[in-house]
Amino acid sequence: MGWGGPGAFRLDEYDVKLRDINPKVYRMMWSFVRPYVGRLALGVLLMAATALTGLVGPYLVQQAIDTFIVEGNVTGLNWVAGAFLITAFLNWWSSYGQTYIVSWVGQTIIYDLRERMFAHLQRLSFRFFDSMATGRIMSRLMSDVDAINQLVSSGLVSIFADTLTLITIMATMLSMNWRLALVSFITVPVLVGVLQYFKNRLRDAFMQMRRRAADMNANLAESISGMRVTQAFTREEQNQSQFNQINEQTRQASMDAVTVWAMFIPTIEVVAAFGVTLVLWYGGVLIKGGTPGVSVGQVAAFILYLNRFFMPIRDLSQVFNVFQAAIVSAERVVEVLDQKPEIEDRPDAYDLPRAEGSVVFADVVFGYKPDQTVLKGLNLQASPGQTIALVGPTGAGKSSVINLLARFHEPRSGKVLVDGHDLSRVTQQSWRSQLGIVLQDTFLFTGTIRENIRYGRPDATDQEVEDAARAVGAHEFIARMSEGYETQVNERGSKLSVGQRQLVAFARALCANPSILILDEATSNIDTYTETLIQEALKRLLQGRTSFVIAHRLSTIRSADRIYFIDDGQVVEEGTHDELLAAGGRYADLYLGQFTALDG
Amino acid sequence: MRLFRRLWPYYRPGWLLVTLSLLQIVGASLFALAQPQIIRYVVDKVLTDGNWSWLLPGALAVVVAALIQGGLRFGQRYTMELVSQRVIYELRSTIYRHLQSLSFTFYDKAQTGDLMTRVTADVEILRQALGMGVVNGLMHLGTVTGIIIAMFFMSWKLALASLLFIPFLVHAISQFSQRSRGAWKAVQDQNARLSATIQENIAGVRVVRAFAREGDEVAKFGRENGRFQELNLAAIRLNSFWTNYMNFLTALGAVSVLWYGGRLVMAEQISIGTLIAFNAYVAQLLNPVRMLGWILSQFVRAGAGLQRIYDLLDTKSDLKMKADAIVLGRVTGEVTIEDVAFSYEGGEAVLEGIDLTAQPGQRVAILGLTGSGKSSLINLIPRFYDPTAGRVLIDQIDVRDVTLESLRQNMAIVLQETFLFSTTIKENIAYGKPDASMDEIIAAAKAAQIHAFINSLPEKYETVIGERGVGLSGGQKQRIAIARAILTDNPILLLDESTSAVDVQTEHLIQEAMDRVMQNRTAFVIASRLSTVMNADQVIVMEQGRIVERGTHAELIRQDGLYRRIYELQLKPAEEARQQKGVAV
Repeated sequence: MGWGGPGAFRLDEYDVKLRDINPKVYRMMWSFVRPYVGRLALGVLLMAATALTGLVGPYLVQQAIDTFIVEGNVTGLNWVAGAFLITAFLNWWSSYGQTYIVSWVGQTIIYDLRERMFAHLQRLSFRFFDSMATGRIMSRLMSDVDAINQLVSSGLVSIFADTLTLITIMATMLSMNWRLALVSFITVPVLVGVLQYFKNRLRDAFMQMRRRAADMNANLAESISGMRVTQAFTREEQNQSQFNQINEQTRQASMDAVTVWAMFIPTIEVVAAFGVTLVLWYGGVLIKGGTPGVSVGQVAAFILYLNRFFMPIRDLSQVFNVFQAAIVSAERVVEVLDQKPEIEDRPDAYDLPRAEGSVVFADVVFGYKPDQTVLKGLNLQASPGQTIALVGPTGAGKSSVINLLARFHEPRSGKVLVDGHDLSRVTQQSWRSQLGIVLQDTFLFTGTIRENIRYGRPDATDQEVEDAARAVGAHEFIARMSEGYETQVNERGSKLSVGQRQLVAFARALCANPSILILDEATSNIDTYTETLIQEALKRLLQGRTSFVIAHRLSTIRSADRIYFIDDGQVVEEGTHDELLAAGGRYADLYLGQFTALDG
Repeated sequence: MRLFRRLWPYYRPGWLLVTLSLLQIVGASLFALAQPQIIRYVVDKVLTDGNWSWLLPGALAVVVAALIQGGLRFGQRYTMELVSQRVIYELRSTIYRHLQSLSFTFYDKAQTGDLMTRVTADVEILRQALGMGVVNGLMHLGTVTGIIIAMFFMSWKLALASLLFIPFLVHAISQFSQRSRGAWKAVQDQNARLSATIQENIAGVRVVRAFAREGDEVAKFGRENGRFQELNLAAIRLNSFWTNYMNFLTALGAVSVLWYGGRLVMAEQISIGTLIAFNAYVAQLLNPVRMLGWILSQFVRAGAGLQRIYDLLDTKSDLKMKADAIVLGRVTGEVTIEDVAFSYEGGEAVLEGIDLTAQPGQRVAILGLTGSGKSSLINLIPRFYDPTAGRVLIDQIDVRDVTLESLRQNMAIVLQETFLFSTTIKENIAYGKPDASMDEIIAAAKAAQIHAFINSLPEKYETVIGERGVGLSGGQKQRIAIARAILTDNPILLLDESTSAVDVQTEHLIQEAMDRVMQNRTAFVIASRLSTVMNADQVIVMEQGRIVERGTHAELIRQDGLYRRIYELQLKPAEEARQQKGVAV
């Protein structure tokens, strides 16, 4: 697995060369297509029917003109017209059936792929999420998967349908009149040359357009999120001119792309007209020379065939683009699926019984990267029901201790034991469902306040939800809101203040009735006075459960049963507040320092 | 149609180009008719009658006509795009300008993603409709009209027979566009829902894991994912059925040409060349007719997008601007709040009966519980919101009588939630004063106690922060935000320090920074630090939207009120610490 951080993912640009693609990608794609091969084959069959019924038309026209109309055979004409009608009808339904079946396969593959990616995401480590912005993960699940669908539902079909149509038309033309056919084919190299020329120019132009569009998106997203700052600093004019600049570049890029496109279609039509010219002229020459078997009806049919002959060639050239885009997208998808979850349940993992709450860290060594060690043989222990405070400078390893306790990561060596069970031997589900965590960044899900409080224990009754809210002092403000517990909130919902969101998060943790509680800088978003008010609630929250608290306010720390001062990945001091203060070490310095500063 | 009429002012400057484009469309449509006529001539006069000298010129005429037609087609598209792309540019620019003029009330409710779609996706659909849609629509319309006229000229009987399918086609197109609109809208809505599910799962990954809810998340996603698949298939099915039905109808036209035309040829009412030309025309009708249906649906979608854009543009800022607003110069910094009440839109009262005066240079500390209205009060001074009753005066001038820009240029603001832009640290600090010199920027950073940290970074002030750059801790961000406010050097400072996502050491640094900043400025501080309160000229204690106590620290501490309680809970530990320090030393 690659290490996180910017640059860990090479496929953030779309212009990756096909030959650089890992063959594994093709295997992976195949594994998704394989279950539906039968249906795809049926689709191809219907497609062949569509192509054939579509081609019969011009042939029937030629027959009607040359045989029945010239001879004045009305019955024959009726029969031909009837046959034409029937083929058109068959064409309608086979084309419909083919599109539906193939789309069904495409959509089902998309469904499978998204399901698998999403489930996989649930197992990946935080490091993955830290190294990749939300928007990028999303674009892999949404647009990249869509690009693969394009290949399945229109690309594959086009390859079969167009090749089939092309071969059938060419065969028909050759069998009708090989001389006229060969003359018509002269246009093919011309057409291929034109397509080749435009293909690259179009790709570049559209790529440029997408880049500009991405720039504009980025600018907009930030402008809107930062609008309050902009208005506070009266930066509107500068931002407007910055945006106008990007807007103008977008316009230019879009104009360039449109220009190339506006030349492309007429050019193809001129080539097609050139084909008509050739057929007319050479057909005339043949008829004039009295070549046997060349008729006016044939010339007419050839002109009709020429039009149908150009379409598949044009489509096939576009299939290549679809294919290229799909393969690059597939590699981006595979890249996500290939990320190994950092932590997996062992085959013999067992469910941890309801924990009493004794926690032991024994000689724990840990680092996020192989060349870096954050915890260097850390030892600590907590008896059931104790509140443990972790103190120390930023980067000392406090958060790592908590990440290991929650088993978001595993130690490189040493053990983390709960009630004597090695955490690496139990199932993640059984352990985390006993854990309550309140983090510094409060994240609420879209839904009602009630649903959010219930998040950790979906079967909690309304009464239990309200009890939890009451216990942490959140009930009062929730009840004051016009919709009470049914108030809708979301990720950054502005109905709740930062502090109120934090209280909801407390209630959520309490409602889950965890045996071990972790508070990671949980009170930093609550003002000091409110914090002191919820001290009681906090005490209730902490009562009877083993708790680990990281807090920057020493007032919160003072009441802990045991304080571990961590520096440079090791415990350098431990004891109660009074013991540590009396010892006059690092903790005492820190504690006194904070209040010295308050003097002035 | 009325929707699109509103775009006319944007089009007016380019009317000449639009006319030119329209002329080219007419020309191209005429030339599109030429090919079957030339073929007809060659078949009848040359191939059948043996007029061989016209063979080569006739055949070449086909390619020449195509060349001219191609040139005109390019021209029509290019000139129209020149205009419509400019229209789109103006429209985007207008929306952006409008977004900047909307007040905080708007942004309290708005969702970034939704606003973005209006400027990007909605405008993009409009761009396609106005450029390609208009040109191709008119072109196809021209082609269809031309073909029908030409057919009637050649043989009105056969023309009538071959066009019998047109009413069915029109019916099919209208059915199709109606039904598919609903189907695709459902797909788009579900797409948004699916994206939101993923987005929320990723953003909340830590909470999901912490509560071991992965299984439920997968199940929830599975439901949305399955629904998306169903809706997509329904839309595709609809699409595929109707487009193939339209093809069938056109084939019906070809059948009637053959069946009835054949009889006419036998009766020697028309020539074989005419029959072949008719066939070619009917084949040529297929594409334009189908495209017209598609363009129609394109315009329906664009209309929906345009409606959303107008909805946004028609949203007026709830701050009423006076036409005769004066430009406020640099103020001395006297702030008066007179009997102010405030509530958020449709909400209960947040502030009531607030009276407060700050003399120039005074420091006002505001204390109170979470949700007591502290931030709301401070937000009224730079007019982020207007009070529902009462007045806010700066140097005895009502803030509603001056321009927003000149008012806010007197404010240095540090908001509760620190927002930095993903650009260099230098540009972030200079955000409110883009022409600041490097020396000024460094001075501000030094005052905010962040200079040393910035210098420790490899690229120093040029370090890019944010999503693609270096991540900063809460405290570092806050100090950059403070430097940003310091640099503006504005006389009134508004500071929300109620959140302090920083560790103890950083807290000292910020505190020192703040003390320096507050000198010589009128300062309103939502305080969480005791030193701020003790050094304040006025302390305001708020509870449920009212000022319940006011005075200096020394005065308030003697009363047995809320301040006293806050003091006891806060200051006692500090007193003890000071005593213990005495013991320890």
